[in-house]
Amino acid sequence: MSFPHRHLLGIKGLSEQDIHYLLDQSDAAVKISRQREKKTSTLRGLTQINLFFESSTRTQASFELAGKRLGADVMNMSVANSSVKKGETLVDTAMTLNAMRPDVLVVRHSSAGAVALLSQKVACPVINAGDGAHEHPTQALLDALTIRRAKGKVGRLIVTICGDVLHSRVARSNILLLNALGARVRVVAPSTLLPSGIRHMGVEVFQRMEDGLKDADVVMMLRLQRERMAGAFVPSVREYFHYYGLDAVKLALAKDDALVMHPGPMNRGVEISSDVADGPQSVIEQQVEMGVAVRMAVMETLMLHGELAR
Amino acid sequence: MTPRILKNVRIVDPSTLMDETGDILIDGGRIIACGAQLSGAEIPADCEIEDCTGLIAVPGLVDACVHIGEPGAEHRETIASASRAAAKGGVTSMIMMPDTDPVIDDVALVDFVQRLARDEAIVRVHPAAALTKGLNGEDMTEFGLLLDAGAVMLSNGRHTVDNPAVMRRVMTYARDFGAVVAVATQDRRLGGSGVMNEGLFASWLGLPGIPREAEIIPLERDLRLAALTGARYHAMSISVPESSDVIRAAKARGVDVTAGISINHLTLNETDIGEYRTFFRLSPPLRTEDDRRAMVSALTDGTIDIIVSAHDPQDVDTKRLPFADAENGAIGLETLLAAALRLYHSGDVPLMRLIDALSTRPARILGLDAGTLAIGARADIALIDPEHPWVLSKEDIVSRSKNSAFEDARFTGKVLQTLVAGVTVYRS
Repeated sequence: MSFPHRHLLGIKGLSEQDIHYLLDQSDAAVKISRQREKKTSTLRGLTQINLFFESSTRTQASFELAGKRLGADVMNMSVANSSVKKGETLVDTAMTLNAMRPDVLVVRHSSAGAVALLSQKVACPVINAGDGAHEHPTQALLDALTIRRAKGKVGRLIVTICGDVLHSRVARSNILLLNALGARVRVVAPSTLLPSGIRHMGVEVFQRMEDGLKDADVVMMLRLQRERMAGAFVPSVREYFHYYGLDAVKLALAKDDALVMHPGPMNRGVEISSDVADGPQSVIEQQVEMGVAVRMAVMETLMLHGELAR
Repeated sequence: MTPRILKNVRIVDPSTLMDETGDILIDGGRIIACGAQLSGAEIPADCEIEDCTGLIAVPGLVDACVHIGEPGAEHRETIASASRAAAKGGVTSMIMMPDTDPVIDDVALVDFVQRLARDEAIVRVHPAAALTKGLNGEDMTEFGLLLDAGAVMLSNGRHTVDNPAVMRRVMTYARDFGAVVAVATQDRRLGGSGVMNEGLFASWLGLPGIPREAEIIPLERDLRLAALTGARYHAMSISVPESSDVIRAAKARGVDVTAGISINHLTLNETDIGEYRTFFRLSPPLRTEDDRRAMVSALTDGTIDIIVSAHDPQDVDTKRLPFADAENGAIGLETLLAAALRLYHSGDVPLMRLIDALSTRPARILGLDAGTLAIGARADIALIDPEHPWVLSKEDIVSRSKNSAFEDARFTGKVLQTLVAGVTVYRS
C-alpha cells in the first residue's frame, strides 16, 4: 500500500483508501508522541521548511513539533503579508527556497490556490497548511482521526458543521473528507455565512441549530472572525451567540455521546460557551494532539513513500 | 502601387449581403470591383493577380475593445506590437481603450495616439476617449473637442460610472454630439472583492464570487438613463443572458442601444479556470456553460450586435500570482477570428452574421469607413482559409504579452492574409 500523491494540496483528489492510509499512519504516530522518548530518526538528515505567509501559532508549532519528532531539521519562515509585496514574492520566495534544497515545504498563504502555484515551482513535496478559503487538509485529517478514534468509524455518522462556512477552508476540507468516508454532513449557519451553491456541495443545510443538531454524532464549531461580527455578516456577537452559539441547551439536542470539536482558536462566548468547550463531550484538546500525529504521518508519507510512488 | 486582383475567392460581405465566389479588384487602395461578374470594370494590364481558390474574403475585422499598454505600460504592449497582433488576426481597425497611463481624456493625448499610430501601426487605430476625466466617474471630458480630434467613442474604461446623476448628465451632453457612450457595467460594491463568477465552482475554489446582478443592475439603470436622455448607448461587454434580455427589451422600446460581447464569453466558461489559471481571470468573469450558450443565441438573433477581442495584455508581474491577487484580462487580437469560427463550424452562428458582428456592425455603430467590400470602399480585407487546422503555441504569439486564454488551443480556420488599403500587412 502506498500513497500515490506527490504533494498534499487538498483533500480533493484523495480517495477513501488514501485517507484511511494516512489515518492508519497517524495512529502509529500517536504512539510515538506518547512515549517518553519521542524523537525518532525517520527523517534524519532531511530539511523541513515551514513557510507561513499568514501568521499562525498553533498550526506552525504543530508542524514544527511533528518534524522534530521525526528527526528532521526544521526551519520556520514567517513572511507576514504586510512586509512583502504579495505574489511576486511568493514565486520568487519559492524559487529561492527551492535552491536551498529542502525536502518538504509546509506552506500557509492568505490566497486560495497560492500553495498550488508555489508547488509548481519547487522540486520537493509541498503540504498545504491553509490557503485562503480553499483548503486546510491536515485539519480535516486530524478531525477525522479524532472522530475515528472516539467512535471507531467515520462512515454513516452525522456530522454537523456550524458557523462561518463561507470563509472557512476547514469547512471545505472537512466536507470533502467526510463525504469521501461516507459520513452524513450537515451545515448550520446564517445564510450570509454560507457560500453560493452550498446545497450542491454534499451537505444538508440548516438555518436553525435546533434542526441541524438533532441526532448529530459530531458537532464541529467554526471560528467566527471578529471583523465579521459587527454588522458585516451578522449584526452582533450577542445575536450570533443567541442563535448559533453552542451552549449546553443546544448541545442536548444532539446525541448524548456527541463529540464537540473546534479547530481553534476559540472565541468563548461567541460560537461556543465555556462550559461546553471544557465539558465532558469536548474533544478539542484531543484534536490538538491528533494534529501533531497527522502531520508526522503526512510528512513521513510524502517524504519517504512519495518517492517510491514516483 | 500596382493594382491587384484576388481571384476565385468566396466573398462574404454583410454590408451588401454578398456571398458568392468571384474576384476582387483593388486599385489606389480601394475596391474597384467585387463579385462573380466584375461588370464594367477594366482590368489593368499591370494588375497583380493572386489566386485565392478555397479562401474566403471578408471585410477586415473592426475590434471595438482593445486595451493597449502605450502610453504607460509599454512592456505589456505598444501600439506597434498590438497592430502586428491585429494584422495577424485579420483585424484592420482597432478601437483603443482610454485606460492608459495617462488616461486618454485630453485632445493632446488623442493627437499623440493618432500620430504614433500613423507612424508605427500597420492597421488602423482609433482612440476611444475617456467619458470622465482620469476615468474618475465624476467630471465630464471635452466631448466635442475629443470627437473632432478623432476619438470614435466615449468610454469609461472598465468601470461603471457609479453616480447616476453624473451618468445622466454625461449622457445628456453626449447626445448633442451624437457620441457613442460605451460602458462595461459592473457594480463595484455588489461585485465586492469577487474575482470570478459566483457559484458552486467559485465556492469550491474558495474564491469570492461576482454575482451576475453586479452586471445587470447598473445595465438596467443605464438603459433607463439612455431612454431618458436619448443618448447612444453601447453596452461594451455583457456576459449573462439577463443582460441580453434587458437589451432586447430596450431595443423593442426604441432605446438607441447596442451591445457587445467578448469572444472569450462566447467560447469559454468558468470551468476553464480549472485550478486557478489566471489567464482565465477576466472582467466580466467567465460565466457558466448555460450562460455561454444563451449568449451565442443572443448573438445569432442580433440582440448582441458585435463581438470584440477585449484584448488586454498582462505580463507575468500581474498574472503569475495567486488567482485572487492577479489582474483581469487576456490578449485576443490574434485569435479573435479563429475563435469566432468555432461558432460557425459548430453550426451555431451563420458566417454572414459572424462577420457582421466582427466587422460591418461595429464599423456602422462607430461611423467608420470600414466593414464593407462595396465598390469604392477602402480595401481592408481579411483572407481566411476556413478549414485550416492549427494550434496556438506560445512561441507564435506576436503580442508583447503572452496571456492568451487560448494557449495550446486547437482551431479550424486561419487568417492567411490581411490587407489594409490594398496593401498586404500580414501573410501567414
